[in-house]
Amino acid sequence: MTDTVKHDRGKIEIDANECKGCGLCIEACPPKVIAMGDHLNHYGYKTAFYAGSGCTGCSICFTACPEPGAITVYRTAVTSSRVEAPCASN
Amino acid sequence: MSNDSALNYTVAQGRATSFFPTFERKDELQHATHFCPGCGHGVVHKMLARAIDELAVQDRTILVGPVGCGVFTYHYFDVGNISAAHGRASAVASAVKRSRPEAIVLSYQGDGDLAAIGAAEILHSANRGESITVIFINNAVYSMTGGQSAPTTLLGQKSTTNPEGRNAIPDGYPLHVSELLATLEAPVYIERVGLGDNKQLMAAQRAIRRGLENQVRGLGFSFIEVLAPCPTIWKMNAVEAQHWVRDVMEKTFPLGVMRDKTKETEPRPAPASAPALDRIPGILGVAEADLPTGNAHVMEQGREVDLEVRIAGFGGQGVLLLGEMLAEAGLDAGLEVSWLPSYGPEMRSGTSNCHVRISNAVIDSPVVTSPGVLVAMNEPSLRKFDRAVRPGGWIIYNGEEFPADCVRDDIHVLALPFTQIANDLGDARAANMVMLGALLQISGVLPRESVSAALRRLIKHQRWVDLDEKAIAHGGSLAAARSQEE
Repeated sequence: MTDTVKHDRGKIEIDANECKGCGLCIEACPPKVIAMGDHLNHYGYKTAFYAGSGCTGCSICFTACPEPGAITVYRTAVTSSRVEAPCASN
Repeated sequence: MSNDSALNYTVAQGRATSFFPTFERKDELQHATHFCPGCGHGVVHKMLARAIDELAVQDRTILVGPVGCGVFTYHYFDVGNISAAHGRASAVASAVKRSRPEAIVLSYQGDGDLAAIGAAEILHSANRGESITVIFINNAVYSMTGGQSAPTTLLGQKSTTNPEGRNAIPDGYPLHVSELLATLEAPVYIERVGLGDNKQLMAAQRAIRRGLENQVRGLGFSFIEVLAPCPTIWKMNAVEAQHWVRDVMEKTFPLGVMRDKTKETEPRPAPASAPALDRIPGILGVAEADLPTGNAHVMEQGREVDLEVRIAGFGGQGVLLLGEMLAEAGLDAGLEVSWLPSYGPEMRSGTSNCHVRISNAVIDSPVVTSPGVLVAMNEPSLRKFDRAVRPGGWIIYNGEEFPADCVRDDIHVLALPFTQIANDLGDARAANMVMLGALLQISGVLPRESVSAALRRLIKHQRWVDLDEKAIAHGGSLAAARSQEE
């Protein structure tokens, strides 16, 4: 995933330890770039994950999520047309 | 996530600094809240923490938490925290705000807490227009206790206490707290929001921030009701519950701003601080320096005083005042005293009595079971206590004829028509003071100056002071005459 693509305006990180798998972020996400994983975390919850691209940084997933630190939303600090897209580590 | 992106991205939304870094409620699970997946509390907690962060008031915020699922606010918010008794959070918040006007005081309550057991507290806090912000989480059930009906339960909604669903008859209708409070004049801002979809979430975040902002501006009472999902008790998944808020709950509880006086309202002045404790006796007119004294702390050393008196009569006859006079005079004389009134709720009629002890030793008990002197202001009171008078003691009886069957040969009796005597002196209501005069004469332990000082301390109007002085003196002479007869 190192192709030069149009830079996403945002990205999110989901802490799999804090996620309880309620799915509200998936429901809330306008570009639908969050999905539910199959495996269970340490506490027995399936957890949501970011698809890896397409995030607009709108933060609505953060607002919908009930856990204080499960989701962190990032936005681009600089505008650039040629940057590497973040790879989907999940 | 790739590392290279760190250069290009900054955090737009992340864990609020108004939350503790870890939640040390238990040894385990310190990274997460205790809320169920999809709980509305968690969402509102985040909105609140974000608003506190954005308004930069974390170091002066005091959060009063409820009883219910929201009880652990003090484990999550890194602000000043108070946990209130069930339903009392807004009353507690009122007191906190009054004593710390510079603080941002928040009351966070659920519907069982606020709308049921705390209905009186929220109503009066709102009506007083306390400068607090109340966050009201309405999920239409008692969740923490397992899903019983709440005042806010929807018509037809099933609960453990209402398995057939709520019926207007006999269960009444869902309580519309926001609308109810919006009938009051004092509240500055009242809004109901929901957590039912993205649009509602954004409106809720704005409303909560608004509620805090109003307080930062010093405007007055702000109330934000949040329709919140409870997936566990509603037996839905988180997304279904969220939609139920929007599709069902909102029909009963319409969203919107019910009151917005923020534009025309001037910042409320902080209430004047309460007077210092040492000024209160002066304000009440009972400061030691202002009170008349007989300067009679002159009781002879070594002289044993142990006066035990029972005074009984109808309410309104001055029974308690007579006892107070005795005790106050004893205090002025530097003696130990106790005064123990015993009466029902009635201010007039009904029987009342009091126990008075005056001693130069520490008083072990204020209860007088075997009085040395019984002052009986009528026959029923005489009959109630006459057998208890100790041998060698006195009965001072308000009546010309001492009942024959009450006569004992081991006690002294002074029976006179004291009410008539007082009436002849100027007012029948001074009968108690005539009897006090007789009692003082018979007991002989209290200096005249102390009695006079006690009278001036307890009686405000000069007319009554004059009359009572006359009555006491007259009662004394009647008792003295009686003693000579013996």
